[in-house]
Amino acid sequence: MFSTTDTVIHPLGAATKEREPAEYVWPAAGLTEVPDWIYTSQVIYDREVERIFHGRTWNYVALEAEIPKANDFVRSWIGPTPVVVARDADGSIHVFENRCAHRGVEFCRHSRGNNAEFVCPYHQWSYDMRGNLQGVPFRRGMKGEADSGMPRDFNPAQHGLRKMNVATRHGVVFASFAADMEPLEAYLGEEITHDFDVLFKGRQLRILGYYRNELPGNWKLYHENLKDPYHATLLHSFLVTFGLMVAGSKSAMIADPSGRHGTMASAKPADVTKVVDASTASQMRAYRTDLKLEDPRFIDFVPEFESPWTVTMQTIWPNLIVQRELNTLGVRQIVPNGPNSMIMNWTMFGFDTDTEEMTRHRLRQGNLMGPAGFLGLEDNEAIKFLQEGVRRSPTDIGILKLGGTTEGTATTLVTESAIRSMYRHYREVMGL
Amino acid sequence: MIIPGYEQTAVDPRAALEARFEVEAFHARYCHTLDTGDLVNWVDFFDEACTYVVTGRENAEAGLPVGLIYAEGRGMIRDRAYAVKHTQMYAPRYMMHMVSNVLVLRASTEEIRSVSNYLLLQTLVEGRTTIHQAGRYYDTFVRSAGSLLIRERRCVYDSDLIANDLVFPV
Repeated sequence: MFSTTDTVIHPLGAATKEREPAEYVWPAAGLTEVPDWIYTSQVIYDREVERIFHGRTWNYVALEAEIPKANDFVRSWIGPTPVVVARDADGSIHVFENRCAHRGVEFCRHSRGNNAEFVCPYHQWSYDMRGNLQGVPFRRGMKGEADSGMPRDFNPAQHGLRKMNVATRHGVVFASFAADMEPLEAYLGEEITHDFDVLFKGRQLRILGYYRNELPGNWKLYHENLKDPYHATLLHSFLVTFGLMVAGSKSAMIADPSGRHGTMASAKPADVTKVVDASTASQMRAYRTDLKLEDPRFIDFVPEFESPWTVTMQTIWPNLIVQRELNTLGVRQIVPNGPNSMIMNWTMFGFDTDTEEMTRHRLRQGNLMGPAGFLGLEDNEAIKFLQEGVRRSPTDIGILKLGGTTEGTATTLVTESAIRSMYRHYREVMGL
Repeated sequence: MIIPGYEQTAVDPRAALEARFEVEAFHARYCHTLDTGDLVNWVDFFDEACTYVVTGRENAEAGLPVGLIYAEGRGMIRDRAYAVKHTQMYAPRYMMHMVSNVLVLRASTEEIRSVSNYLLLQTLVEGRTTIHQAGRYYDTFVRSAGSLLIRERRCVYDSDLIANDLVFPV
């Protein structure tokens, strides 16, 4: 689908982890072990697209603030499948496949725009903003010519674009291939909905811009990364040194009852040196007392939410990350791109009530996140290294033993409990 | 693409030629400094009151302010240089800038505005060399002690889909 550059060389003699379908059997140890083939196998990837992204899930597709007016649209994805998110004249939002019902052309090529109809460039079939087929050139054929045009019984109503189920909550648009999905709130669960609402409820978003990157790793690794508070306190000097998330501070790794969603939450202490004692500091190489900022504005926190947490990173299964990192806010859409790659679509925003200075504060703080962010780039590198490790080595098991065999919400950062919960759900859906 | 403040103005041809030589010499020193991994001295190319933004063309065209890198003032430039050099985790790599098509948009004794094309090549130590970004520098230079300093540098890249990340500044 997409590819940037070959950042990973195919090594000679790489150990293939493809196997016969019946041989994809989860290790007997259960959730404390993860087989490498869930990250590398095309068979597993294809099953994920079918059962997860095209299955009973609500997938993030857009923010309403991107399509405020009638006839606005954005190009988006559900899993790897291209869709269009469009606002009709009556204000309603519609999501349909970006694939002409005639020959399959991916007709919408602009990231965003405004038009009253979509016209496939190949044969000019036209669709309204709800995805209904409006016009077929020469449908009745050329006058006086036999066997010309569509058959008499061709019914345009049966040849519209494939339409998705749509749900919105406080300006965030989700879509599903499943027509009979439970309500979004039930899908998210009470706790995840609560932290989601803290950010979005009663706000008008102002879009600040976009980033896009290809991450050479399996899409599940991004969920794991944000359900893995252990790495947060070890890998990221900026999190640890400035107390944004550090062992010893008030924090939680919240999992919903189904195990698929999560919120990694932390409260920034007033003085990080008060919560990090010598013993804790000695185990965190990333805790760098030499790291002093000449311009500390970008780690300032301006209170603006009703929440005990200064940071919440939400993983909403299967394709959404909601970032509330101090005052830098955004959503990330995961577009799986084969087993070894994913595309991240970042949309950064503030609120329409922001002052000029607040907007600039968010932009400055944006240096923490994104593909050049002090936190973001380290995660991208780590995920890439992991993918290369599981692709290249004949060893085929990773372990998830932090916190024993616990699952679900944890109040310690030194645990893999929420990752185990996610894989319990995953195994059920995938039949693994 | 033209971004506000970077429209072509009437410039005396001789002044434009002189300014172009100055800007080209600046680019050569700036890129050499970055390409040799010298982040400490990279900071000194910036004016105290600088703006430095690296962003995609889609954002620039839509007037959206977000930056992949967004720095207000030399302090933030220095913080980034320190972080990248001393605290960040990333795979080893070499970067190389190629800058061309320097076009002077304005030139006065105090200030030069120009736009230049750049290619940013990345070589991961285990991989082949790739074009990491194709973009344009929109620059405003001020003079200080006989040399140019960046008052504003907007690096606007066409290569919207970034290969994993951007570790070093552009």
